[in-house]
Amino acid sequence: MNRDVPEWPEAVYFFGTCLVDLFFPEAGLAGMELLKSQGIRVIFPPDQSCCGQPARNNGRPDEARAVARQQIKSFPKAIPIVVPSGSCAGMMREHYPELFVGQPDEAQARAFSARVYELTWFLVHVCRMRLTDHGRPVKVAFHASCHSRREMGVHEEPRQLLRALANVTLLDLQRPAECCGFGGTFSVKQPDISGAMVRDKVADVTAAGADELLSGDCGCLMNIAGAMDKAGSPVRARHIAEFLLERSHEC
Amino acid sequence: MSAEPRQSDFTGKARIALDDPKLRANFRRAMDGLMAKRGAQFADPVEWAALRARGIAARAGSLARLPELLEQLERRCAENGIQVHWAETTQEANAIVLDILQAAGARRVIKGKSMVSEEMHLNAHLNAHGIATMESDLGEYIIQLAGEAPSHIVMPCIHKNKAEVAALFADRIPGQPYTEDVDQLTAAARRALRGAFASADAGISGVNFAVAETGTLVLIENEGNGRLSTTLPPLHIAVTGIEKVLERLDDLPPLLSLLSRSATGQPITTYVNMITKPRQPGELDGPTAVHLVLLDNGRSRVYCDPELRDTLRCIRCAACMNHCPVYTRVGGHTYTFTYPGPIGKILTPQIEGLDCAGEQPHASSLCGACAEVCPVGIPIPQLLVRLRQEAVSPTSTAVKGGGTGGSLMETLIWRATTLMFTSPRLYGAGSRLMGWFGHLAPAWLPGLDRWTRTRSKPKFAAKSLHRLAKERGYPDA
Ligand code: SF4
Repeated sequence: MNRDVPEWPEAVYFFGTCLVDLFFPEAGLAGMELLKSQGIRVIFPPDQSCCGQPARNNGRPDEARAVARQQIKSFPKAIPIVVPSGSCAGMMREHYPELFVGQPDEAQARAFSARVYELTWFLVHVCRMRLTDHGRPVKVAFHASCHSRREMGVHEEPRQLLRALANVTLLDLQRPAECCGFGGTFSVKQPDISGAMVRDKVADVTAAGADELLSGDCGCLMNIAGAMDKAGSPVRARHIAEFLLERSHEC
Repeated sequence: MSAEPRQSDFTGKARIALDDPKLRANFRRAMDGLMAKRGAQFADPVEWAALRARGIAARAGSLARLPELLEQLERRCAENGIQVHWAETTQEANAIVLDILQAAGARRVIKGKSMVSEEMHLNAHLNAHGIATMESDLGEYIIQLAGEAPSHIVMPCIHKNKAEVAALFADRIPGQPYTEDVDQLTAAARRALRGAFASADAGISGVNFAVAETGTLVLIENEGNGRLSTTLPPLHIAVTGIEKVLERLDDLPPLLSLLSRSATGQPITTYVNMITKPRQPGELDGPTAVHLVLLDNGRSRVYCDPELRDTLRCIRCAACMNHCPVYTRVGGHTYTFTYPGPIGKILTPQIEGLDCAGEQPHASSLCGACAEVCPVGIPIPQLLVRLRQEAVSPTSTAVKGGGTGGSLMETLIWRATTLMFTSPRLYGAGSRLMGWFGHLAPAWLPGLDRWTRTRSKPKFAAKSLHRLAKERGYPDA
């Protein structure tokens, strides 16, 4: 994505996202460890919760704004906010400004949005992260979430990180840009359509011959991993941060 | 064809479509082909961005001046000898068309492809008054034979494969043997249509763009049927929506390029018809009378809202549906109303009302594939969210049927989650409780039961990231 690369910061905030917090904390922790390994001080403000996307997407802008304000308040310093999710980052970066149009705190919301970065983008462009692969040969596929791809413009960066790992073979999916069918409440409002979409995604990953499926978004992961688990698939699914952290550790 | 049902029942129809492997294979194959063709046309992202910017400017600019441009169009058309009629509702539009045909004593009508005539259910109306209609676009001809509605706005019979068309022709066209040879099938349709063109008393067509500056009706097509329908019969009636107006003839080239490349992957269509006048004295062909029926049907209301107005930019290229993961899986008939796919999901609820099509804006994962390819940059996901908002906002006035969606239960759930997400203490307590007891949630819990149809139950982590970060000594400020 074309955006200005900020100076290498001494410290960053980490916004874990509610999904990571409650279901995939190890993904968040891995993201923080990766940033720390770059010599950056990683601050985790304890008053953070959710970006407000579920409320916004369901036509509840007042509720979304209230939740957004809680985050804006919890990340006061003028330092980058790094997010291990392209979707939540997209909400905070692309949709907060529109959500706060005409509000008394519109300027604060805009200033907050401008500080939001997706994790892999930050690792590639700001940290210029160098990776050494200490893992065994493995074949992986990567799924970029739709919001990561289309709102944050992030889908090459994670692939770039994976390609830097010597023993990792990055496989191509047949339909890399197709939605996995998660879509938040869509998955329960239209369970049959969502189910058909995720089954197709699982079939795509399986046909590619991947040992692992990685993603930068835990919504997609919860969906795809859940469907693979239910179908008895041996493919492991996890957040790219966990994978990168594990590979870069000597064992 | 019977009148449309008032409720869309998207979910029920989707389930049936999902269980039809042949239908799904037909759509998948067809959409893959269309996506590849469009992709090849716009391989150069810089050219695409520049052309799209021109397309957006042309459509948004024309819409910004819509009221005066419509008046200008009417004046120019009148000067050119085209009679303009205004219809607020589809009933009015049907009555106008019927009047014109009856006044001319027309009994047989040949039709070029027109989605607005589908929106009007014009064929049913004319048939009920003893006027025979024959669709001349090959796809429309096929579904008319089958007694079905279009499942796609550019390729109306895309839901059928070759074998299904072969069986239909053998069954419905007298003397036609079963063959899957495409040339022979096309020849059979041509034989049936040629006679109809020659004997028709009137031709009815749609309009892709109506140019206000010159009073020109622009109609693009690939089969020549549009040209025959609009030039062979002595009477031509064009029907279109009021939003199709373009300010200047110069707006046309970028839009024609965007439309044909987005729709079928063609740099330009085989036929570009520009109709400005009826037959003039001394001319040997062309209709002696041309009428233009301009239909509102809720468009003025869409126009009044500055955000929703973007819906009217649409040039009906169908790229959004070709790229839609939902449309690809459920097909066009699932959407019940005339316009399927992403454009239908934003247009139908505004025209028919959120009370009868309110589930459609929610039948999207908001993946954004539609907006990415829309040649006139309609922010479809944004508008879907806006319509979701109008559906549950008690003060909504912008959209028909606004404020009729959402239950008290839903409102309470959103309030409760908001409370939790805005109170660190409540959130902390809630996350601990879920960590301890979340696994006890029974799989039949509403919502969870729908999730677990395809996936296993999500597992709450024993320790939240909040706790792990603290334990690992990460600073909190
Ligand atoms: S909304 Fe955009 S992509 Fe869809 S039919 Fe209209 S112009 Fe084409």
